[in-house]
Amino acid sequence: MFPEIFLSLSIFFILMVGVFIKKSFNLIFNLTSLIIIVTISIILTNPNNEEKIFLDSFIRDPFSNYFKILILLSTLFVLNSSKNFIIDNKLDKFEYPIIILLSILGMFFMVSSNDLILFYLGLELQSLSLYILASIDRDNLRSTESGVKYFVLSALSSGLLLYGCSLLYGFTGSTNFELIADQLNKENTGAVFAMVFILVGLAFKVSAVPFHMWTPDVYEGAPTSITSYFAVVPKVAGLALLIKFMFVPFSNILLEWQTIIIFISIASMILGAVAAMVQKNFKRLLAYSSIGHIGYALAGVATGSISGYQSAIVYISIYVIMNIGAFSCLYLLKKDGQYKENISDLSGISKKHPLLAISLLIILFSLAGVPPLGGFFAKFYVFVAVLEKEMYALAIIGLITTVMSAFYYLKIIKTIYFDDSIITFEPTKNRTAQFSVIASCMILITFFLYPSILNNLVNTLFVS
Amino acid sequence: MNFPILSTLIFLPLISSFFILLSKDKTTNLSSISISLFSSVATFFLSLFLWYSLDINTSEFQFVEEKSWINNYIKFKLGVDGISILFIVLTTFITPICIISCINSVKVRVKEFLIAILILETFMIGVFCSLDLVIFYLFFEAGLIPMFLIIGVWGGPRRVYSAFKFFLFTLLGSVLMLVAIIVIYWLTGTTDITQIYKIQIPKEYQNILWLAFLSSFAVKMPMWPVHTWLPDAHVEAPTAGSVILAAILLKMAGYGFLRFSIPMFPLASEYFTPLIYTLSIIAIIYTSLVALMQDDMKKLIAYSSVAHMGYVTLGIFTLTKQGIEGSIYQMISHGLISAALFLCVGVVYDRLHSRMISTYGGLVNYIPKYSFLFLIFALAALGLPGTSGFLGEFLVLAGTFQKSFLAAMLATFGVVLGAAYMLWLTKRVIFGVTNNSEIKKINDINKSEVVMLVTLAFFILFFGFYPLPLIETFNVSVNSLINNYEAALITN
Repeated sequence: MFPEIFLSLSIFFILMVGVFIKKSFNLIFNLTSLIIIVTISIILTNPNNEEKIFLDSFIRDPFSNYFKILILLSTLFVLNSSKNFIIDNKLDKFEYPIIILLSILGMFFMVSSNDLILFYLGLELQSLSLYILASIDRDNLRSTESGVKYFVLSALSSGLLLYGCSLLYGFTGSTNFELIADQLNKENTGAVFAMVFILVGLAFKVSAVPFHMWTPDVYEGAPTSITSYFAVVPKVAGLALLIKFMFVPFSNILLEWQTIIIFISIASMILGAVAAMVQKNFKRLLAYSSIGHIGYALAGVATGSISGYQSAIVYISIYVIMNIGAFSCLYLLKKDGQYKENISDLSGISKKHPLLAISLLIILFSLAGVPPLGGFFAKFYVFVAVLEKEMYALAIIGLITTVMSAFYYLKIIKTIYFDDSIITFEPTKNRTAQFSVIASCMILITFFLYPSILNNLVNTLFVS
Repeated sequence: MNFPILSTLIFLPLISSFFILLSKDKTTNLSSISISLFSSVATFFLSLFLWYSLDINTSEFQFVEEKSWINNYIKFKLGVDGISILFIVLTTFITPICIISCINSVKVRVKEFLIAILILETFMIGVFCSLDLVIFYLFFEAGLIPMFLIIGVWGGPRRVYSAFKFFLFTLLGSVLMLVAIIVIYWLTGTTDITQIYKIQIPKEYQNILWLAFLSSFAVKMPMWPVHTWLPDAHVEAPTAGSVILAAILLKMAGYGFLRFSIPMFPLASEYFTPLIYTLSIIAIIYTSLVALMQDDMKKLIAYSSVAHMGYVTLGIFTLTKQGIEGSIYQMISHGLISAALFLCVGVVYDRLHSRMISTYGGLVNYIPKYSFLFLIFALAALGLPGTSGFLGEFLVLAGTFQKSFLAAMLATFGVVLGAAYMLWLTKRVIFGVTNNSEIKKINDINKSEVVMLVTLAFFILFFGFYPLPLIETFNVSVNSLINNYEAALITN
């Protein structure tokens, strides 16, 4: 648990720095990046074997390490590419990076938890940090509205989750995941009820339909830098937790939760595809697209097989790469000190900004899942796993929604390439955002050269 | 042979497109054009060398390259046989012609256009080389991206609608094929098609998998009733885009039937023959009638393509030697003829900016060289003996007569209709009275256009009189295709 100790101590340290040094945003920002890098190296240098401490409530295994590194890396990219945006929008309060680090700490406990109580504490730490982040632009009506909205709905889901946890404890007599797994079986109807409540809570956190209502509003209302964080990092942690719950405590009631996940997955895929078609705001569109993408990842989880979980992890990893790229493009659309976020603002940027246009093209086609880009392989692995279990309906619905969602990605590409140009954006000095965009495009383009790279990595996570 | 000649062939255009990206010319685009021309001609000669060194006395796949890719069962596997080599050569032959054509017809963003064409060439060669279902799907779908941009960025007034229709139709057809590919993977444990040929896919799966593949190939072919994207795409695409679409992209589906549907699902192919006959006959007769009524030249040629592709599907599913050989011949010759016709439309479009038949008339009096070449291509399209178009249709009909008299009768009637719309088009455009005063001012074809059209005319006539080089190349492969198919029917 050394990474967690290091992380919490450094949070206290930079909090002190922030309190005592005036105008310390830059310093704290850089320290945060440093802390993230050091934490990554601590995780990498630590032994990768499985170990449990604190009465088996905390677990360190390859699974949690993989997710921790994914969370840290994506935060690093999200934060650094949004730095100019934060400063331009006067969000450069020193609490900003600190709260992000706190939410990471919460996610660390989530992915490493092996006990209902630790899991809930981690989840709440993460959620509380996210409520503040959503409304960090406190003078902005939209931002505060999204913060309140997120808080109310999220608190409700946390309540349901907690109720589920207490039911589970009542019916199995334990809070430890493995002991719960031993106690659970189909006859234990009360525990099945508990499972439903917990699933609802988790589905809310990953914004799967029908618990997605907050996503579009929060995505649109919150500042872009926060939205990009919301779209990427908590999703990773939420999916990790979902997989963990299905894999350990609920492994004996597979058929019961499978039905629910299949429904959630199909509903998310369809809603993500249909609702995004009419969106005019790029952030709102990405919100619906992220709902759809979670649907595909959940399709992998719904198989209930190890290869299905692996495909979901690969999916979410590629999703992270694509979304970092897509949001970093938003940081480059600056005109007269304002960041544009309407799709119509992208009109004809292929003439004035060819590099940005081609990057968006690659990212959008990849999000649509067109080969030979990375997004195709993500979907491919999920459908391979789904069809292994002979769930034909799920696969066919999934692929048809892929075509439907291709429509709105094409609409953006149409705006970029086919329409006449309206706006010339300022030549940007935002090198980190450019770097993120180019890095994500390069990964997506060259992914087909060695498409098994992530699989080989993820294969090692489920050896136990 | 250790040198990875197929990978070189596939990735040569892609690599040269990087050089175009780096080239710095602002006004003339001379260096971009010369790089792309050079690389595409080099690719063409490389493919000729491949054809030359291919052993045509065996039906085995040659120049096989194999690399572990996604896992040990989904490999990056390439190879060619007597059938695919012809499509590769067709691709590499048409691409330089497209590049020459864009000197005259593409005025904006020439550099990006050339890059799109070269990337598209990479994907097209990849489709014809791949010996693994997943690789095949990858290249098959990837071609949508550059084609979507070619139609959408450089196309006509309704380009957005056409580009979307093209993309979404094709994607919708293909996703079912993806499901089928994954199901095959779980049934047989591999996606390597040489392995799948040896394993008999269970009877109860064959029909449904065959239909899934059909959904993709029928859209791409295009077969009636899912052909509606083709006229739109053709009309709005720039000349080079139409040429590639008609000459090569449509052939992917016919190739797919030969490479995948028949050898992998022989029982289903037998079972669904009546369905294909019906659809093909409807395509031939119905789209010929539609073509008669068009007042847009490109649309007319597009509908004639659907009709010609009807002969191809008919010939393939006669599952006789003549039928299949005729289909392959028809595909190659249609590749040349439709390319030439679209280029001809492009030539006059560049001058008068109209594709309407009514704009033209009596062209023979003002641009005789052009009119002469147009006449050759129009006659080839209606299948005049002595042109390559005749041989394909003849063999297909000869094959069909062995299996179904009725189908052959109706298809032959389609030939008459084909003659009707092509001759009427020629009459209205090339001959007739000149009503439009602007026609008197237009120039005859320039040097680059002469190069393109004369080359095509030469090969159309050459293969019309001397079909042996083509027939010899695919003869053994087709024989083994039919033998395997019949053996599979007997064992069940």
